Amino acid sequence: MGLSSFKRALWVFHIATGSCNGCDIEIVAALTPRYDVERFGIKLVGTPRHADVLLVTGPVTRPMAERLKRVYDQTPEPKAVVVVGGCGSTSGVFYDSYNVVGPVDKIVPVAAYVPGCPPRPEAIIHGVVTAVAKLEQLAGEKR
Amino acid sequence: MTSLHLVWQAAAVLVGGGLLGLVYKGFDRKLAARMQARIGPPLRQPFLDVGKLLVKESVVPRDAVGWLFKAMPFLAVIASFTVLLYLPWGPFPAILRTGGDAILVLYLLAVPAVAMALGGFASGSPLATVGAQREIVMLMSYEFPLAVAVVGVVWRLATLGGGPAFSLGAIAAAPLWTMVGPLGVIGLAILAACLLVVTPAELSKIPFDIPEAETEIAGGLMVEYSGTYLALFYLADAAKTIAMAALVVTLFAPYGIAGLLGLSGAGAQAVDLVFHLLKIFVVMFAAVTTVRVAMARLKIDQVARGFWLQITAVAVAGLMLLVLDRMVVG
Repeated sequence: MGLSSFKRALWVFHIATGSCNGCDIEIVAALTPRYDVERFGIKLVGTPRHADVLLVTGPVTRPMAERLKRVYDQTPEPKAVVVVGGCGSTSGVFYDSYNVVGPVDKIVPVAAYVPGCPPRPEAIIHGVVTAVAKLEQLAGEKR
Repeated sequence: MTSLHLVWQAAAVLVGGGLLGLVYKGFDRKLAARMQARIGPPLRQPFLDVGKLLVKESVVPRDAVGWLFKAMPFLAVIASFTVLLYLPWGPFPAILRTGGDAILVLYLLAVPAVAMALGGFASGSPLATVGAQREIVMLMSYEFPLAVAVVGVVWRLATLGGGPAFSLGAIAAAPLWTMVGPLGVIGLAILAACLLVVTPAELSKIPFDIPEAETEIAGGLMVEYSGTYLALFYLADAAKTIAMAALVVTLFAPYGIAGLLGLSGAGAQAVDLVFHLLKIFVVMFAAVTTVRVAMARLKIDQVARGFWLQITAVAVAGLMLLVLDRMVVG
């Protein structure tokens, strides 16, 4: 067992922090028969308690910052955050908005960024897999 | 039979049942994926999931009633695995046998649902509370048709003088289909159909996954469970799937094929055991996998009304046919 268990059994929780729904639709597209992430053991779950990876979309609006932090804390260890989309990675077009406190890495530690507006499902899958590799690397350094 | 022998047999059934439950879960997911034109996860995916859950942190929420929250997953696992000990396995009789084991199995099958509901109430989350209330409503709805189906079979067998009443061993030893008249056959078919409808409800699978409803109440009962506790519920679900399908097979299709093939001895036992597992798989595929792919989730009021009125009416009609059969055939 150990962290290699995560390679092929990864449960993902999706949290939207004020996104336009573009990235969210692409995440759902990754579940459809065309991309079928379940064949890699990746499953979208309904609660952060079951999750290994948090998929965060959106530029993090002021009210969502606290919630994002809370969802991150609710996720059991070991965990990784993947930012999906340009907004979450860099604040994107909302960089000087009065109501945006992002990007995501200001609020919670991020393992992988998936830029794009919106990114393609392949890119999202790649991002999730990269996050797992990073998770293993970090755990290796700690030991 | 020595007690050591009994322990070995029990261990074999428990370990075998657990592994089989996970393998069947793998088949269920793979076949569901194929029906949706997906490739689907590998067959060993449930093992990988459980392995991963065991490495994860097991969080006990601050608002939870700690001991109840922690105890319920164990209760669910113990109850669902105990059912496996009371069920006959094809040519092999049940490990534990008492006079009324059909009744005992009915109650043991209800225990995991109650454990999940209590765990949900104890987890201190409003979503889990909603899920727990729904689980209890579901339990009260499907329990009556389930009881009617079992009692119908048991009663008809008792009137034909087949062994001690409510003994699963006696039911498995004497398939009713050839012992009753035409009315009885129709009645039995109706009861079997009712039991197949109850099966996904008992297992909380689509269209009856209302207590868990990921998309509306975020996993419902399971919302606060993580790590080892979630893995235990996962195992309990796998074992319960096997137990429920095995109960259907034992009640309505306890046939072996070794006699037809002209086998005897250990070979016959092996063939019959494999055939029994195959029948369990067919029941699971028909009542769980295809149904969950073909349907969407029902609402709780639809399920409660459907089970209390329509399904109960159909089940009672089946029972009445068995009664008529008793009057005609004797």
